[in-house]
Amino acid sequence: MLYFLMAAGLTLIFSMMGVLNFAHASFYMLGAFLGYQISQWAGFFPALFLAPLIAGAIGALVERFGLRTVHKYGHVAELLFTFGLAYVIEEVIQMIWGKLQVDYRKPEILDFSAFTILGTNYPAFRVFMLVFSVLIFIGLMLMLTRTRAGLIIQASLTHPNMVGMLGHNVPRVFMLVFGLGTALAAVAGALNGANQVTQANMAALLGPILFVIVVVGGLGSLLGGFVASLLIAFVVIFATGSDASLSKIVPWLTGVQFQPASPSLLNDVWTVTLAQIAPLLPYLMLVLVLIFRPTGLFGTRDT
Amino acid sequence: MPKTLLGLAAIGLAAGASIFAMPQKSDAQGAPVRIAYVDPLSGPMAGIGDTGLKNFQYILEEINAKGGVLGGRKLEIVPYDNKLNAQETIVQVQKAIDDGIRIITQGNGTAFAIAISEFVTKYNERNPGKEVVYLNYAAVDPILTNAKCSYWHFRWDANTEQKMAAITNFLQNRKDVKKMYLINQDYAFGQGVRDLAVKMLKEKRSDIEIVGNELHPLAKVTDFSPYIAKIKASGADSVITGNWGSDMALLVKAAADAGLQVNFFTFYAGGTGGPTAIKQANLSDRVYAVGEGFANIDHKPAHAFEKGLRAKYGVSLFYPRGVNQMRMLAAAINQAKSDDPKKFAAVLHGMKFEVFNGGEGTMRADDHQFIQPLYMASFGPLKAGQEFDEEKTGWGWTIAGKIDAKDTLVPTTCKMNKPS
Repeated sequence: MLYFLMAAGLTLIFSMMGVLNFAHASFYMLGAFLGYQISQWAGFFPALFLAPLIAGAIGALVERFGLRTVHKYGHVAELLFTFGLAYVIEEVIQMIWGKLQVDYRKPEILDFSAFTILGTNYPAFRVFMLVFSVLIFIGLMLMLTRTRAGLIIQASLTHPNMVGMLGHNVPRVFMLVFGLGTALAAVAGALNGANQVTQANMAALLGPILFVIVVVGGLGSLLGGFVASLLIAFVVIFATGSDASLSKIVPWLTGVQFQPASPSLLNDVWTVTLAQIAPLLPYLMLVLVLIFRPTGLFGTRDT
Repeated sequence: MPKTLLGLAAIGLAAGASIFAMPQKSDAQGAPVRIAYVDPLSGPMAGIGDTGLKNFQYILEEINAKGGVLGGRKLEIVPYDNKLNAQETIVQVQKAIDDGIRIITQGNGTAFAIAISEFVTKYNERNPGKEVVYLNYAAVDPILTNAKCSYWHFRWDANTEQKMAAITNFLQNRKDVKKMYLINQDYAFGQGVRDLAVKMLKEKRSDIEIVGNELHPLAKVTDFSPYIAKIKASGADSVITGNWGSDMALLVKAAADAGLQVNFFTFYAGGTGGPTAIKQANLSDRVYAVGEGFANIDHKPAHAFEKGLRAKYGVSLFYPRGVNQMRMLAAAINQAKSDDPKKFAAVLHGMKFEVFNGGEGTMRADDHQFIQPLYMASFGPLKAGQEFDEEKTGWGWTIAGKIDAKDTLVPTTCKMNKPS
C-alpha cells in the first residue's frame, strides 16, 4: 500500500507532464525527515499533516522554477534535471540531519498490536497505514473523476492546448499536480519513516521498486498502480515465506530425481530457494511485463 | 584541438598516472607521520565511515598529546573516500601512496580489504625500500589471515571464526537456548557466519536444534516482516545473525513490530542505528553482541577516553580495537626509531600489548591476527553504576560474559613470506 502511495504520485506526474520524476523517491525521503523533525516539535499527527504540505510546496516550487525552465529543452533534459535533483535532495538531507539514522517513532497510541494472525502480531500502526492509504486512494479517485479540478487535470492530460484555449492556466495546473505528486510521496515517507528506518539512503532503497510498480501497473493509471503495488507486495511476501527451489519443484512436477555436482554453478541455481531471490522477483516481473505487455496491466498510453 | 596536442596530452596523462614517473614526496624530519584512512565517506554506508574517522581522529589526538612519536612528531589521519567500491579503493590507495603516505588503514568490507592487501603486497615486491603497510581494523573474513595472508597486512579485529567461537562458547552456559534460527546476508561474509555457526554449534552444543537457515540479499530488504514471521513459525528461541548496518536495524525493528521475543546473538548490533532499533523494539537485554570492548566495561582509563571522545565528537567509541591499533603503531615506530614500514612492521610482528579494556593482546606472528580477550554484552536499560548509554537511548551495554584471549585461538593455514 505504501508502494501505491508512492506510485500514485509518480503516475500522476508522468501522465500529466510526461516527466518521469527520478527525484520522486527523494521526496519520499524528505517527507520522512520532515515528519521526524516536526514530530519532535509537535507530535506525530501534525507531522503527518504538515510534512507532506511542506514537501508538496517544495515540489511545486521545483516545478515552477526548475522544471518549467528546463521543459523547453525536451524530455531528456527534464529527466536529467530530476536525476540531478535526487542527488541534491540527498546531499541537503545529509547536511541537515546527518548521515546516520534518526530516531523517528510511531505515535504511542498506535504502538500496540492490533490482532494476531497465525501467531504473528499485526501492529496497529500498519493497519493505520493501510487505512490511510486506502482513504487517499479513494479520495484521489473521487477527485479525478467527480470534481471540476479533476476534470481539468484529466483534460490537461490529453488535450493540454485545448484546455489552455478554454482559459485555464495549464502551467499552474501542472505546478499543482507536481506538488500533489510529491506530497503523496512525502505522506508515504512520513508514514513509513516511523515504521522502518529513517536514514539518508531510504530513497536509494525504494527508488527502483517504484518504477517497477509504475510500469507493471501501466503508466498513467491509478488503478493499475493500486493493483500492481498489492500484487508485488504479495509476490515478495509469499516468495520470502516459501522454501521452494528448483531442486524441490522439478521432482515434484516430473518425478525425476537429479543432483548436480556440488559446488558448481548449476548446483547453485538448482538449490537457490525462492526466499533467497524474493527481492529480485519484482524486477523479473518488470522484464516480463515489458516483453509481453509494454503498456502494463491497465496502461492506456504508449510509453 | 590538433592531433599533436592530443597526443602530448595523452603522454602527459600517462606519465602522471605512472608512479614511476613521479618523484615520491617523503616526510621530512619533524613532519607528521600520515596514515591514509580509506573507507566510505559518501553513499549509503557513509555514516559508518564518518564515525570511524572521528574515532581515529580522537585516538590520534590522544597519542599526540602524550608526545606523538620519534621525539615529538605527530600522527595524522588523512581521509580518502573509497565510495564502498573495490575499484575506487585501489585508486584511493594509489593516490595516498602518490601523496607520500606509507601507512594505509581500512575496515569496512572484506572484498576491499583483500584488494588492498594484495595490492600492497605486490607494490612492496616491486618497490623495495618504499614499502607500504596495511592496518586492518574491521574486515573480518578469516581468509585474510589464512589462504590470502600477507606480511604487510595486520588485523586488529577478531575474525569471523574467533567471534563465532566466542558466541558458541558463551552459549555453552545457556541451557535455555534450545532452538536456533540463522539469518544472514547473502554474500561471502554472511555465508561464512552461517557455515561457522552450523559447524561450531554442532561441536559445542549438539543438542541445539537449528530450526531455520536463511540468507537474504545484502542491503536490499526494506521490510523484514516475512522473515520474522518465518522465525516465529519455526518456534526458535534464539537467532544468530552477522547482519550489519541497516540490515541489522530493520531486522530488529520488524521483530519488535511482530512482538517476536527471542534472543539475538549478533556481531554488529552495536553498529550505527542498531541501539536505536533495539530500544524501539523494547528487547531489553535480549540482544547480544560480541566485541573486543564495550563502553561500560569496568576499566577506568577506558572510561576517561570514552568521555573525552563523546564530549568532543558526539560519537561513541565504535573501535576500541582502533585504539589498540594506533597505540601499537606509535609504540612500534618508537621502538624501531623509524617511520619506515619495513622497520616498524618487524616490531609489530609478534608484538604484545596491553589492550584498551585491560588484559594482554598479541599480534600473532604466524598470520598477523591480533589475539585479544573478547566480550559478550547485552543491550538494555542502564544498570546501577553504569554511565554510558548509546545513541542517546538511555540504554547501554552490559557485559554478559568474557572470553579470555587463549580461548579465542583458532588455527591458521597461513604460510607467510617474510621479507629478507
